[in-house]
Amino acid sequence: MSTAAVAPAATSTLAPFAKETKYEFLRLLRARSFSVATIGFPLSFYLLFGIVVSSAEPGGLDRSKYLLATYSVFGLVGSSLFGLCSTIANERAQGWLELKQASPMPPAAYLLSKLLTAIAFGVIIFGLLLLCGETMGHVHFTAAQILRLLGTVVLGVFPFATMGILLACVVPPNAAIGFVNLIYLPMSFLSGLWIPLEGLPKWLRTLAPVWPTWHLGQLAVHSIGYTMSWSVAGHVAWLTVFSIACLGLALVLFRRSAQKA
Amino acid sequence: MSTMESSHTVNVAPAELRAVTHRYGSHTALQGLSLQLKPGEVVALLGPNGAGKTTAVKLMLGLLQPTSGTVSIFGGSPSQRATRQRIGAMLQVARVPETLAAGEYLDLFRSYYPHPLPTAEIVQFAGLQGIEKRQFKDLSGGQKQRMLFALALCGDPDLVFLDEPTLGMDIETRHNLWRQVRSLADRGKTVLLTTHYLEEADTLADRILVIARGKVIAQGTPSEIKSRAGGRKIRCVTTLADSELQQIAGVRRVGRTGAGVTLTVENAEDVLRTLLARDAGLHSLEVTSPALEDAFLELTRDPGSPATEAA
Repeated sequence: MSTAAVAPAATSTLAPFAKETKYEFLRLLRARSFSVATIGFPLSFYLLFGIVVSSAEPGGLDRSKYLLATYSVFGLVGSSLFGLCSTIANERAQGWLELKQASPMPPAAYLLSKLLTAIAFGVIIFGLLLLCGETMGHVHFTAAQILRLLGTVVLGVFPFATMGILLACVVPPNAAIGFVNLIYLPMSFLSGLWIPLEGLPKWLRTLAPVWPTWHLGQLAVHSIGYTMSWSVAGHVAWLTVFSIACLGLALVLFRRSAQKA
Repeated sequence: MSTMESSHTVNVAPAELRAVTHRYGSHTALQGLSLQLKPGEVVALLGPNGAGKTTAVKLMLGLLQPTSGTVSIFGGSPSQRATRQRIGAMLQVARVPETLAAGEYLDLFRSYYPHPLPTAEIVQFAGLQGIEKRQFKDLSGGQKQRMLFALALCGDPDLVFLDEPTLGMDIETRHNLWRQVRSLADRGKTVLLTTHYLEEADTLADRILVIARGKVIAQGTPSEIKSRAGGRKIRCVTTLADSELQQIAGVRRVGRTGAGVTLTVENAEDVLRTLLARDAGLHSLEVTSPALEDAFLELTRDPGSPATEAA
């Protein structure tokens, strides 16, 4: 190409990663069905259960603090599951993923952009919850607590991103959002992310350790000073095994359907 | 658009399939398919649904691996990123994520290539002027297709795959795209297109490959393919019986339509002399050359089905 012979390489190796992430974030932010739901759900639930209801009860401040941590988890789980499962399932069904696979896009850029986008939304939700908690709920966290909670939010995206990838391989693409809601909402409730588990029947409390959301929720409340029944290492190990299992199974399913396609 | 003149394109085939067989479970989509694309030619892949066109394209794009045989693109594997950076593809995409603008998609796809074309050049070439800032959901059907076409050109590729590129386009947009495809070839690009519009293959292609039941059953220029259909057709009204007509040398097939008869013949002039000599009252005479459509139907007809004339 005559112009390229004199011009330096127009794009760097990092460019596709940066552009992919920028546009993945932008398009989900603009898609109101995504942004309003993933940000709106945790925010409105927190305002209701964490601030309005809590302010009328004794020990309400404590509850506002506790729920700020669990609704941050609820938020990041939503942005991870919707940001990976429904986008991948749709893009696969509609041929868009195939066009990208045929292009010279680095395959890692595709997943990484979605992961970083999920983290970005998780952090935005956490920031908004913190703002509401501090201003309306009179919650006060130390800088160390905020940093630990932020770290939990960022790292917590990984297990649910892998779960999202796995779900993308199994749910019917047209109904991906419905299926995700069907798993996401009950699982969050049963893990004590909406209201503390103490208010639920005992058998539901004993069942809690089967939900990945419970493990991350425990780590989140621990990071702001609450005690947990398991050790930090125990929860982290559980979530790590869970992530690896999801990713491994997704890989098997993806390969199998790629051969059939 | 500036032309790409890489030294390594000279002797290496842009795409080559050698004895490629592809099976999905027990279904054989391609059976011992061999084909080669030469630099700078426009090749049309024609075939009925399920013939294996899409499978062949997916193999050349590295989206599928052959069960046996080899696929090479510019002498390398189609799954390598370096190979893909010399390729552009327009595939059938039911829906593109809708909340990005056409210009943003160009920006994204340009970032995948080491030497992308300038955005303004792509916009002008694909006819996207004035709609770069419009989100995908606000584009018309033809504009969406044009954007997908533009994405295939972002990297200034040497080899362009177009899978049913004019599907859903109105006539004017379709003719514009044909002009663009021709000018790609004029710039030395190799273009492989699949289509079910025979007119498209006839107008655009330097060479047509007809695929049926997983094999190339015919290839050549559009006029060669047409002559492959076994000559011309004679229509007339005659008193001669079918059995008599069948016995005339050069008649391959006899079909009836109302009062008239249609003969598929190898040598129209000789057959006509015989016909006119035997039936002085013969009238409503018409001699036609086969259209590509006839050739296509002829070539791809299932050998099991009867050879009667569909008039």
